[in-house]
Amino acid sequence: MIRLQNIEKVYRTATVETLAINGISLDIAKGEFLSIMGPSGCGKSTLLNIMGLLDEPSKGIVQIDNQQISSFSDQQLAKFRNQKLGFIFQSYHLINDLQVLDNVELPLLYRTASAKERRVLATEALEKVGLSNRLKHFPSQLSGGQRQRVAIARAIVGRPQIILADEPTGNLDSAMGNEIMNILINLNRNDGTTIVMVTHDENMAHKTHRLVRLFDGSQVQ
Amino acid sequence: MFKHLFKLLWNKKKQNFLFLSEILVSFLVIFTVCSFLVFYYQNYSRPMGFEYKQVWPISYSNVPQFKTADSAIAYFENLRQGIKAMPNVEAVSFASSNYPFSNSTMSTGIHYKGKKYDRVNHYEVDQEYNKVMTISLLEGRWFNANDAISKDKPILINETLKTAMFGDRPATGQLIGDYDDKEKMKVIGVMKDIKANGDYWPAGNAMFVPTDTATSRWQNNILVKVKPGSDAAFEGKLNKFLANYMKNSTIEISHLDQMRDSKNSETVIPMIIFIIVASFLVINVALGLFGVLWYNINKRKGEIGLRRAIGASGKSVAYQLVGESLILATMALIVGCFFAVQFPLLHVFNLPANVYIMAMLLSISFIYLLVFICSLYPGKQAATIHPAIALHED
Repeated sequence: MIRLQNIEKVYRTATVETLAINGISLDIAKGEFLSIMGPSGCGKSTLLNIMGLLDEPSKGIVQIDNQQISSFSDQQLAKFRNQKLGFIFQSYHLINDLQVLDNVELPLLYRTASAKERRVLATEALEKVGLSNRLKHFPSQLSGGQRQRVAIARAIVGRPQIILADEPTGNLDSAMGNEIMNILINLNRNDGTTIVMVTHDENMAHKTHRLVRLFDGSQVQ
Repeated sequence: MFKHLFKLLWNKKKQNFLFLSEILVSFLVIFTVCSFLVFYYQNYSRPMGFEYKQVWPISYSNVPQFKTADSAIAYFENLRQGIKAMPNVEAVSFASSNYPFSNSTMSTGIHYKGKKYDRVNHYEVDQEYNKVMTISLLEGRWFNANDAISKDKPILINETLKTAMFGDRPATGQLIGDYDDKEKMKVIGVMKDIKANGDYWPAGNAMFVPTDTATSRWQNNILVKVKPGSDAAFEGKLNKFLANYMKNSTIEISHLDQMRDSKNSETVIPMIIFIIVASFLVINVALGLFGVLWYNINKRKGEIGLRRAIGASGKSVAYQLVGESLILATMALIVGCFFAVQFPLLHVFNLPANVYIMAMLLSISFIYLLVFICSLYPGKQAATIHPAIALHED
């Protein structure tokens, strides 16, 4: 589903050159649940951003769903992200001025879907994460766990084949973290969604199919 | 998408209050400027209605005291013939002090079929006034010698007054009441409108009555139509003749074309000052809008990053920000139009409704253009925000 070949990412300033990813190659199968671990600054999020087409590698090839991405224009990348990928972030990235339902509808606004269709799909996604009773709430009226569940609903509303989660349980206590992890496991198990998750939590990582460890930009496991 | 953006902006109306206020204030200022400009332009595009070139108004004071009306008439008739006999003179007319472009006004009210028409400019002129001013008649005739013995006082009215009183029907021969509706006056003709207050002001309602024996001694103005090429030397001769004829009088010869320029300046100069002040305000507002949008983009980097992640291209982020600004402008313009529409409804400043409607359309277009231009660059900048960096920074 996702194939990374010899990926390098270098950040350059006028005086300093930093190698964030150093020759990582990775194959992630369809329906796999993979976790990435490593100390802070080892390149986990950079790698996830490259998989999510939010960042370009300095070197190497990215293939998703058998399509090589390097030749894609900005428009094509946006369309690809919208249709194939779903994102979950540690800090949720919800729009505080929109109600829960409107937040979940967001990815569908960049597709051709009627208002009614959007509403139906968003409501279904919220039901899936157990938040059908919070449709009209604003994010500020929700707990951290509920906010992350809204973010998951937003990530799955477009029925993407891949979900990329950057420390989804990082801001939550263990009970809430487990709840979120269970939702992700169910998505993977029931819908066959491929999930790549960056985490600091060994327990969470061991619940996934495979664990990849990074250190100083290189894959060590 | 429109509904989504509207909802987003509506929920953030408190944060957008400054933006909305700036647009509202600019709209009201631009609307005022446009109202004046449209009003002046409409009047400017109408014909002047008379020939002002080669007309020299002469004012005089301290006329002799006459024992009888006949002696006064004889005195002024000799004066007229004396001026007329001069080689460069084409026509001569006595007139009341409110001749075109003078700073004098005389107005009255008249009655017709129970309705009173107020603020009717009242001009006292003689039989040669139309020759001096080259006035065209739309119907009827100009004054003649027989008018002095007619039963009803003859008057001419202008096109504007005729339309107000009679619509499309002919006015000639109709009797109308004077200020108290006691004496009747007979309309003997209708003349084209003359813009007596300069190019930028309307003619308004006007009536012309002939000078008679009772009023001629009070006239202090003569209008002289001179031949083209009449120069300062001729003006000197004219002045000398008048000074000899009216020994104790102070004589002043003016030129109607110069008076027109001066009259126009009274309108144009304040308007230019107003436009300059409004321009500074608009520049400040534009900078303000630009700053607010720039600030908003920096504040919303996380949201922009998120939108890019979930499927927005750089272009659609730019379109969104420009679209948001235009929606905010629409919100402010709705409030602005509510205030602006009161002007024609309440007849503020007594300008025609079409002036306000045109001014509203112009100011709405201007505000949309201003907001579009101000949001274009911040929108373009937002499109270049790197999604990974934006998501990481937030």
